[in-house]
Amino acid sequence: MKKALITAAGILFWLIVWQIAAVAVNSRILLVSPIDVIVRLAELVVTADFWGSVLFSAARIMLGFFLGLVAGTALAVLSGKFRVIRVIFSPLISAMKSIPVASFTILALFWISSENLSVLVTFLICTPIVCSNMQAGIDSLDPKLEEMSKVFKIPAWRRFSGVYLSQLMPHFRSASALAIGLSWKSGAAAEVIGIPNGSIGEKLFMSKIYLETADLFAWTAAVILLSLLCEKLFLLLVGLLQKKIERM
Amino acid sequence: MPKAENICKSFHDKAVLKNFTYEFPEGRITALVGQSGCGKTTLLSIMMGLIKADSGTLIGFDKPISAVFQEDRLCENLTVSANIRLVTGKRFTKTEIEKELCAVGLDGCAEKPVRELSGGMKRRTAIVRAMLADSEILFFDEPFKGLDSDTKRVVIEYVRQKSEGRTVIFVTHDMEECEMLAEETVQLAEN
Repeated sequence: MKKALITAAGILFWLIVWQIAAVAVNSRILLVSPIDVIVRLAELVVTADFWGSVLFSAARIMLGFFLGLVAGTALAVLSGKFRVIRVIFSPLISAMKSIPVASFTILALFWISSENLSVLVTFLICTPIVCSNMQAGIDSLDPKLEEMSKVFKIPAWRRFSGVYLSQLMPHFRSASALAIGLSWKSGAAAEVIGIPNGSIGEKLFMSKIYLETADLFAWTAAVILLSLLCEKLFLLLVGLLQKKIERM
Repeated sequence: MPKAENICKSFHDKAVLKNFTYEFPEGRITALVGQSGCGKTTLLSIMMGLIKADSGTLIGFDKPISAVFQEDRLCENLTVSANIRLVTGKRFTKTEIEKELCAVGLDGCAEKPVRELSGGMKRRTAIVRAMLADSEILFFDEPFKGLDSDTKRVVIEYVRQKSEGRTVIFVTHDMEECEMLAEETVQLAEN
């Protein structure tokens, strides 16, 4: 409760700063006030078009995230098991982490339609993050617990969940939290460049074209809220799984 | 009877064990004592099958075993009871596990994650885990390290009761522990 109050106070502080700045700038094109944004967001959320765009973007961004999660984890496991795979993929993973989203997006536009662009870009952003985090987890697995499992002849499934998963879950959790946030950032950026019809990215792009700053802020707020919602929901599921493993 | 015959082991040309031979009496508690570095832990690891002897034969060690290692080797993120169930499966109910934990002074700890326990509590968890595992031979490497004298007495009594009919081989350099628990004593010579 106390933590929630402190967080709320922090948010309120920045909203006040924002309101003061908007009043000082006094231009609805350069900077709109938080009240204008809330009003505009309230107008948008009652339209079918808003939910259509949310569904369009969320489905693709989350698909890219899940594919990245699976690919990154699989690659980390294989890299942990086979040194040759780590040697081969290590430079690629490092490069993928540094390549700008815009470069990925423009290149991806040569290969696929703009409609599915955010799936690919999100996947390319998530995979190296998840892979690096999981690799760190696999590297830190305690070999003495492996010996303990051998001595007690712990059956394979129990060994997998109790010994390995229990050690890897904290890494998986932090990898997921990081990747979800970046998925929304990169997915929305990809949509702004590719402008697929009916996406959040298209709405952001249009708000720039028509100088609708309130729309730009309202859609940005929607992306932030969606990102937070997805993160909280996913981490809740991961937390439940983690608890189940911890209690066996 | 489990028997070790002419066990030799060297590390980097330094002989740690030279022709160690002993027949461990079945169903009894044997203490391996000796100075630090005389090869007690190495011998235990060889008998547990964790490292290979350079030469020699092991007979009768192919039975279900359990162990208390020099380090606790518990899964830090799992609860105390989950660490026990990891090796026992569902052979014991929650209440039965709680009862065992109570016997070593770990009342109310069953659902606590191991990472939240003190060193002594972790040690006792490792001991309960080894005692509840379905095993005929138990290997203990300095099992009571880090326990205060009162707790040590309680835990030794628990081990004595629980190990009835099982072969226990334990390493110690504490003569008091040896006197309290061991039925047989093997002195390892320094090489």
